[in-house]
Amino acid sequence: MSRTLSAPVTVAFDYTRSTGPVVGRFLSGLRDGVVVGGRTSAGQVVVPPLEFDPVTHEATTEFVEVSSVGTVTSWTWVPEPVKDQPFDRPFAFALVTLDGADVPLLHALDVASPAEVTTGMRVRVRWAAERVGHINDIACFEPLAPGETETAAPAAAAGQPVTGVVTTVSLDYQYAASPEESLFYRGLNEGRIMGQRCPTCQKVYVPPRSACPSDGTPTVEEVELAQTGTITTFCVVNVPFLGQKITPPYVSAYVLLDGADIALLHLILGVPAEEVRMGMRVKAVWKPRDEWAYSLENIDHFAPTGDPDADFDTYKHHL
Amino acid sequence: MRDVAVVGFAQRQMLGFDGSPTCVELLVPVFKELYEQTGWTRKDVGFWCSGSSDYLAGRSFSFVQAVDAIGVIPPVNESHVEMDLAWAMYEAWIKIQTGEVDTALVYAFGKSSAGVLRRTLALQLEPYTMTPLWPDTVSLAGLQARAGIDAGLWDERAMAEVANRSLTDAEKNEYAVRKGGSSVEELLARPMYADPLRKHDCSPVTDGVAALVLAAGDRAREVRERPAWLTGISHYVDPMGMGVRDLTRSPSAQRAGAALDLGGVEVAELHAPFSHQELILRAELGLGADVAINPSGGALASNPMFSGGGIRVGEAAQRIWSGEADKTLAHATSGPALQQNLVCTLEASTEGARI
Ligand SMILES: [Zn+2]
Repeated sequence: MSRTLSAPVTVAFDYTRSTGPVVGRFLSGLRDGVVVGGRTSAGQVVVPPLEFDPVTHEATTEFVEVSSVGTVTSWTWVPEPVKDQPFDRPFAFALVTLDGADVPLLHALDVASPAEVTTGMRVRVRWAAERVGHINDIACFEPLAPGETETAAPAAAAGQPVTGVVTTVSLDYQYAASPEESLFYRGLNEGRIMGQRCPTCQKVYVPPRSACPSDGTPTVEEVELAQTGTITTFCVVNVPFLGQKITPPYVSAYVLLDGADIALLHLILGVPAEEVRMGMRVKAVWKPRDEWAYSLENIDHFAPTGDPDADFDTYKHHL
Repeated sequence: MRDVAVVGFAQRQMLGFDGSPTCVELLVPVFKELYEQTGWTRKDVGFWCSGSSDYLAGRSFSFVQAVDAIGVIPPVNESHVEMDLAWAMYEAWIKIQTGEVDTALVYAFGKSSAGVLRRTLALQLEPYTMTPLWPDTVSLAGLQARAGIDAGLWDERAMAEVANRSLTDAEKNEYAVRKGGSSVEELLARPMYADPLRKHDCSPVTDGVAALVLAAGDRAREVRERPAWLTGISHYVDPMGMGVRDLTRSPSAQRAGAALDLGGVEVAELHAPFSHQELILRAELGLGADVAINPSGGALASNPMFSGGGIRVGEAAQRIWSGEADKTLAHATSGPALQQNLVCTLEASTEGARI
């Protein structure tokens, strides 16, 4: 068995970027079925155009339409494509210098095997069926047979200049907990709340950490915590947000379990929000056992015990 | 300028680390090792700086959690770079130059195996016209390798010679995750992977941590009989777009080297995650045949992300401490196809320092 618990996790979000006049011009061109380069102070045509001249650092203002046919200047085989690449089967990445340009553009080249690629081969743009003003409006490059010429891009509805682009990012990880976090989650799966004590300063951390953040000592001694504790601070959530599981208003609070030196953040239910207060004594309320997993969500919420409030001095050092 | 030396180095490298992406579990023993090397406690460290990446960790502010390994009472003077350990070292070197502190411990960590490393690194690229194609690290290196082969600057045999020498040298490195040279013929007989690269032309995906200790003047002399004085340090960057770069070259590495006095360098630890990149660096830095390259085995033997460059500094420093060499060079790279490069020289004496 692995020392630690692990689980797959996906981190996904969209980057929305404004493109500015140069990149926007290039992407507008792709949507309209033309490849646009920019001329540098040295007279070179660069595709995609550079926003600023590499020598004078002046903004690029001169744009040039180049051909959608060009020459492969370097290539590499992609035997095991990764997610979101232009093809999900083996293909080539290539640097292609389009006719009329002086430097190459990076894109995918649709060939079935490395034997079908050579440096110097002639290729042409294969346009995407639907074009929106994005680098993927070029679906890929494809080999140009002898005698063939460039093909005009299917007509596109001309529109406003492209001013923004959205890049979708989705990264998959196998997330591993630390050995100490694993202790905590294994405990929860058995109905226990586990912490660890620092041998140097004797503080009890829950969830346990790999080292005491105060003195850097590895935490080793395992401690099972009480299921009762004190609310040290709280907030009433009144704002609805995406993914919210409970209808507002509700209370999110720091609960300092008896015997612990760090509070856990959890939900307080079983009491009207306006009655929740600092010092209130609460206890863990678990979900039915058959719903348990390796998760803090096994504890459905904390609810008042009905005991008198804790004295401020008992938790003032943990605020 | 103040005289600053590398006086401590510790590392862990492995193919897959059974632990959290913040690597606190790995950092604690590494720091312990450095306290033993220096005779210090954490309170002797004037400045802490780390290198790591949240994209690699798959969680935000991963470097904040890693600070647990230090212990922060009383409060510590701490910073972070989303870069390799070598750049964290550069920040610490500047901090010592300000006179605010005399000592620094810099560390870096990365769990490359948590995600698909060659894909994750596409987020380093130009975000409008490159990242959306998700060109992976191996593909970009392949384009570079092909450009050099087509230009007649190197061939598959020269690349295999680099790999064979690295894997042979790595046999003496207890931390190397890939080791064991065979012969150039045997390597050339292996199947092509990402044409024109074979698997041994590409560094392995490695998890790990590493840390360096810097100290100024007498603080360094207290720790080591032969501190590895940083007599030169320089870094430059090439353009982001792959098209506008001559991929057979690394102008930024050339400029970084030209800013330093590389005469008399006996050992060079070059951070070349792909075999042909060592050939480029060797040419750009003008290293002669008498310079021993990567006696540690280099990045082809193991390449923990965000530590791999700094490990080159540690390896180069160790050769000064041991008396094996009087002058060594360390190089670190970041970004696609040798885009960003840092070069430093380490010497037993501070005479002739360029800084
Ligand atoms: Zn402690």
